[in-house]
Amino acid sequence: MAQAKRPLSPHLQVYRWGAHMAVSILHRATGSALAVGAVLLTWWLVAIATGHEYFGTVQGYAGTWIGRLVLFGITFSLMQHLASGIRHLFMDMGRLYDLKINSLSARFTFVFSVVATVGIWYAAYKVMGVL
Amino acid sequence: MTDMKTPLAKVRGLGSAKGGTHHWLSHRVTAIANIPLVVFFVVSFVGNAGKGHAEWVAWLKQPIVAVLMILFIANMVYHMRLGLQVLIEDYVHDHGAKFASMITLTFSCVLIASISIFSILRIAFGG
Repeated sequence: MAQAKRPLSPHLQVYRWGAHMAVSILHRATGSALAVGAVLLTWWLVAIATGHEYFGTVQGYAGTWIGRLVLFGITFSLMQHLASGIRHLFMDMGRLYDLKINSLSARFTFVFSVVATVGIWYAAYKVMGVL
Repeated sequence: MTDMKTPLAKVRGLGSAKGGTHHWLSHRVTAIANIPLVVFFVVSFVGNAGKGHAEWVAWLKQPIVAVLMILFIANMVYHMRLGLQVLIEDYVHDHGAKFASMITLTFSCVLIASISIFSILRIAFGG
């Protein structure tokens, strides 16, 4: 027997996009990206333990423009996941549920992650003596 | 009270495992621990940016660094395991695929943590 088309409960598509929605889905996306970062970190630790020569090879990969792009993306993911995660910890304690504060704190995670990412790379290049 | 579960549902045993609170709390506790560990990790990486093999080895040979790196790996991988489990539960609905994904996730996490920690120890104790 064919079932009558039942109304479905509204899902994501019926809501207007806002900073809180973007932060929420980005928390998952950045978390998944960081899993890739964990694998790369393992590779890097293995490279140090293996020896001078292999470490140089891996550093060479990291130094290519695609390597730097991946590392830049992982830096941003880490900072965004960190800020968004701290926001979630406050929400777990029942804070930040007022709509204005909620949206403001969501926006703030973006400001933090962008500033922190640029700051980290600026400082790293400064340490390397490139800048 | 009458049990409303069908015998088939009971046999399948697919109800709540009564372990959700532990998962949720562990995720938060590892999140809190990750905050100082990530700060340590990022500050160290920036401070040593562009260094060669010998300098990184010397850095990891410091007892405090080795211990903090092991803690960071263990805590971060556990946090990752819990988070990716939720992702699988939300997006993989087929029982077989879900089971395979979960096992793969668990094995991968243990493997990543073991290899990383072994590497740190090898550098720290190496001559």
